[in-house]
Amino acid sequence: MSISTPQTWEEFTEGIWRQNPVFVMVLGMCPVLAVSVSAINALSMGLATLFVLVCSCGLVSLLRHTIPREVRIAVYIVIIATFVTAVDYAIQAISLALYEALGAFIQLIVVNCIILGRAEAHAAKNPPLPAMINAAGMGVGFSIGLFALGAVREILGAGTLFGIGLFGAGFQPWVIMVLPPGGFFVLGAWLLVFAGWARRRKSGEVTQHV
Amino acid sequence: MSEQSSTDKKVIPIAVAAPQAAAPESPTGPMIRTLGLVSAICGLIIVGAYQGTYDAVAENKRIATERAVFRVVPAAKSIAEFVAAPDGGVAKVGAGETALVPGGVKFFAAYDGAGKLAGIAAEGVGKGYADNVRIMFGYQPDCQCVVGIGVVAMRETPGIGDKIITDKAFLANFTALDVKLKADLSALANEVRAVKHGSKAEPWQVDAIAGATITSRAVSRAINDTAQALLPRLVPKLETLGNAS
Repeated sequence: MSISTPQTWEEFTEGIWRQNPVFVMVLGMCPVLAVSVSAINALSMGLATLFVLVCSCGLVSLLRHTIPREVRIAVYIVIIATFVTAVDYAIQAISLALYEALGAFIQLIVVNCIILGRAEAHAAKNPPLPAMINAAGMGVGFSIGLFALGAVREILGAGTLFGIGLFGAGFQPWVIMVLPPGGFFVLGAWLLVFAGWARRRKSGEVTQHV
Repeated sequence: MSEQSSTDKKVIPIAVAAPQAAAPESPTGPMIRTLGLVSAICGLIIVGAYQGTYDAVAENKRIATERAVFRVVPAAKSIAEFVAAPDGGVAKVGAGETALVPGGVKFFAAYDGAGKLAGIAAEGVGKGYADNVRIMFGYQPDCQCVVGIGVVAMRETPGIGDKIITDKAFLANFTALDVKLKADLSALANEVRAVKHGSKAEPWQVDAIAGATITSRAVSRAINDTAQALLPRLVPKLETLGNAS
């Protein structure tokens, strides 16, 4: 089957908007809540996940005819774990400080259900190119979700964005925002915004108003 | 009428696959072969990634150590690694070697531009709130005191425990923290201890951060343990570290 451009675009945007892993499917909440304490951590985590998603979906899709159905989950996990290990080394090579900030959550990408879900639900049924495009869309959507949380938590909880101070010295950081409860507060707020947004868009389509 | 049309509808998979019709069981041979093949491919990728990043990772770790030493001994221009053995011997560790003396304490001698000893830096580990807190501290032989700390690795709570690297009042503890030895050089004269915020009275006490007592305690414990093990061996040998050559 040859894929046309609009279809490719739809494959890509599915993960960003309609099936956004963070705001719509609410998947992979463990890293979303845990590493989104600062914008840079959130973005790096998103990019690491994006890389693992694209590579593992590509490989799963390539091997989809040779993988026996009974052992497919085991095969997916081995493939995902491989790319996670590669990312782990790559992050150590890029920045040790970042590696320490992300901690165990890099290794825990292995059990991130977005990746296994994509491998099972999409990559195993589609040729490599659409599978990787779809995975890239999901990864970008996940990165956007993480960044949305990370940026808000860093601004409110530390008064900075990417480590650059936004407010004067008089700013009293809202520390709870960088603590675990803050993750839930900000996630809840974003889910509210996103749901309201989606609903307004839907009703706008019906009444032809925007 | 064909059944095809109803299955052609686009189904948006969420995370779980739609139930499939039961396929015939795969034979064991191909299953094992596939698993072996996939594992072999994955093994190659991992080895490739490890080899490809090895140098960069090692270089990063070396730079991180050097930076940590330079931070706690600001006058330093070059460093040399040493190990202090339990029998009192102090030996230099060459580049590329690993210091594996049983019970030995690793430390860094930092030299200034003229090659004179500018200070000593050593690592300490203390149990923090989330995980071990690894710190590097600078020791000044002239005043027999700790003159600065830096964090090597920690996983303390952001905004609370990690204040140990930003809180100015806390860092002021380590501008001249007393780690004098007893007259016979056998042990520290006073244990380095964290005390409740605002109750520091002695130069060997560490004024804890309010709300981050456990992390503050981890830092003082790390300094205390390493100083206790290292200084009685090091101080009698300080002359031998004299200059960079």
